[in-house]
Amino acid sequence: MEIPYTVNTRADTGVNNVKLGIWLFLASEVMLFGGLFSSYVLLRVGAEPGTWPLGAEILSIPLATFNTVVLITSSVTMVMAWASLKLGDLGKYRLYMGSTVGLALVFLVVKMFEYADKFSHHLYPSESTFLGIYFLITGLHGLHIVGGIIVNSYFLVPGIKMWHTAPERFTNRIEAAGLYWHFVDLVWIFLFPVLYLL
Amino acid sequence: MDNVTTAGHAHAEHEHELGFWQKYFFSQDHKVIGIQYTVTALVFLLFGFFLMMIMRWQLAYPGQPIPVIGGLMGDANAPGGIMLPEFYNQLGAMHGTIMVFLGVVPLAVGGFGNFVVPLQIGAPDMAFPKLNMASYWVFLVGGLVMFASFFAPGGAANSGWTSYVPLSVIATQGQTWWLIGMTFLITSSLLGAINFIVTMVQLRAPGLTWMRLPFFVWTQLVTAFLLLLAFPPLEAAAFLQLMDRVAGTSFFLPSGLVVSGQALEVSGGGSALLWQHLFWFLAHPEVYVLILPAMGIVAEVIANNTRKPLWGYRPMVYSLVFLGFMSFIVWAHHMFLTGMGTMISAFFQTTTMIISIPSIIILSALFISLYGASIRFTTPMLFALAFLPMFGIGGLTGLPLGLAVSDIHLHDTLYVIGHFHYVVAPGTIFALFAGIYYWFPKATGRKMNDVLGRIHFWGSLVCMNGVFMPMMIQGLAGMNRRMYDGGIGYQHVQDVLHWNSFMSFSAWGLGLFQIFFIINFFMSIRRGEKTNNNPWEATTLEWETPSPPPHGNFLSPPEVHRGPYEYSVPGAATDFTPQGQRS
Repeated sequence: MEIPYTVNTRADTGVNNVKLGIWLFLASEVMLFGGLFSSYVLLRVGAEPGTWPLGAEILSIPLATFNTVVLITSSVTMVMAWASLKLGDLGKYRLYMGSTVGLALVFLVVKMFEYADKFSHHLYPSESTFLGIYFLITGLHGLHIVGGIIVNSYFLVPGIKMWHTAPERFTNRIEAAGLYWHFVDLVWIFLFPVLYLL
Repeated sequence: MDNVTTAGHAHAEHEHELGFWQKYFFSQDHKVIGIQYTVTALVFLLFGFFLMMIMRWQLAYPGQPIPVIGGLMGDANAPGGIMLPEFYNQLGAMHGTIMVFLGVVPLAVGGFGNFVVPLQIGAPDMAFPKLNMASYWVFLVGGLVMFASFFAPGGAANSGWTSYVPLSVIATQGQTWWLIGMTFLITSSLLGAINFIVTMVQLRAPGLTWMRLPFFVWTQLVTAFLLLLAFPPLEAAAFLQLMDRVAGTSFFLPSGLVVSGQALEVSGGGSALLWQHLFWFLAHPEVYVLILPAMGIVAEVIANNTRKPLWGYRPMVYSLVFLGFMSFIVWAHHMFLTGMGTMISAFFQTTTMIISIPSIIILSALFISLYGASIRFTTPMLFALAFLPMFGIGGLTGLPLGLAVSDIHLHDTLYVIGHFHYVVAPGTIFALFAGIYYWFPKATGRKMNDVLGRIHFWGSLVCMNGVFMPMMIQGLAGMNRRMYDGGIGYQHVQDVLHWNSFMSFSAWGLGLFQIFFIINFFMSIRRGEKTNNNPWEATTLEWETPSPPPHGNFLSPPEVHRGPYEYSVPGAATDFTPQGQRS
């Protein structure tokens, strides 16, 4: 038995199964983060006047800016990894995919220092609703980064076997992983101004 | 392409080596997974119903020891067999949670969707078989977490199935288990929803265009979109509440909250209304997740047993899609009494009146389909026919609740309980029974017994009405829901209290009549009357495979040449023309 359209495109819908699947998954992720951002708006609008702090007073903008650059770079290397596969260059793929995973780890380390700094100043989620939503949204985003690292590392080491048996299918998988990775990047692009700057 | 073929061969070889565990437990075959979902969901339905049968004792005979099983519930819950209020609350919350999230949805979507949809669209399997297996096992873990929460300190969740804050934030540990269980269930249905949509979009057989899809497939498609987009906000809400309970935040705790005479030591500033918005943003589309697959099953059964095409197939499909869109903007009609403001109420009241139109179109089309038919009164058809008026009562009694003014009187009374139980119990669950009787021959190659089926049907129909109709009477008299003592403490409902024991006996009777179904189900697997591949003489693709269908479903790749309901076509050799038949 063979499932049709796992690799090639269905003519009347214009997509293969993997691509449609990952886009649907991202749609549900939009609703998940959308729910949290809406909660942020409602909580902030409903707060007693003067009690909602300015993000910049508590959080570190330089660290977050650095992390933004790191994530955007990792999105670029992700695309390069996919493009290398399209060109059939496995060596370059390893290089770019490795960089993507490395940059993601840098992001997490910086985030860890940020969290540690907050905790050392006794700024816990229970301190205020702002800190609560900050830790929740950045924490959930961090979990998505961890998920991305796991998936990308799989495609970097054990999963690479598939390149030798089914190169087109493998390339599609990297494309899907890339779409997810760009989404995680995009969440940060929203999250950074909302929590740190506004 | 070469690679695909090799992969296909590798798979075929692998197939012969499948051991017992891989074939029946960790199966990736959509039919086995569908049956796993069906059986698990039926067990949970029975368990959830069992909780209610215990509650009905307390409502009919408040403060008296529960007979027979009273001693089994432990001194923490029912000392001397007399139920404590805390235990009553656990039973109520878990009855709702189990029936909705572990019973009806997994049966309607996981069970029927998995088993029937790939067959009806002529696909060899679901688009992502491994993901399909994962969604079942994640669902089962979620269900077991929910079940295990009864043994947590303080018992299971006890803040109602809606888990309204701030009550649920300060509730016992069971609530944390509830939130974790819900996270598993949400994950499961997300995986399932993605899989269903991709399957229906990508794996339709050649010639199966959108307007040739059986109505059941359409209902599953819209349902999958609702699950995909409505569940994540509840996941967000569950995370927020989990933070409130575990990390001490106060997203849902307003400032100055006093519990048992002591001020809560939290930062405050949260919003209790926020939970309700997030919860109902899921839970209203969830209502349509419960009802749409049921409508789909009923449409299939009615077309088959009237031997006529469905009346108004296209308007039904358009109504269905419109219903799906609208279901995202009606949620706050559950919140008219929260003080969210009359402007908002007016908006949601309007959208609620609008959404009733497509439901009425679908229901009317199904009624009109009966006109002029020589109906075959098979067991599935009896359930499908009963669905129409029962769901009709459920839908029409909803209108006064959807209007902000009349809702003031009816809100939180037993009228609400009667209303949505008419939709879900003699509505959806009857349709699901119809589906089980209808597709049982496809899954097993044998028919279920008709005599037992009829006893099950008539008994259930009478008892269901015996349980839920008096609720309307009590509710109109102003009797509140969730009352531990069955209302004896309230002066204004004394005149309607005598219904309590009548309803309880109806509920227990309903339980007795389900025994006929359980016996029938297990007996027919082994001893049922053997059938051919198409015992109902139906037109859709699932009847063009052997019963039960082999791994990979179709002996030769199916092709579709016509619409789904070509019954009694003038000039045709038989009164049904299968979709795969060339003209």
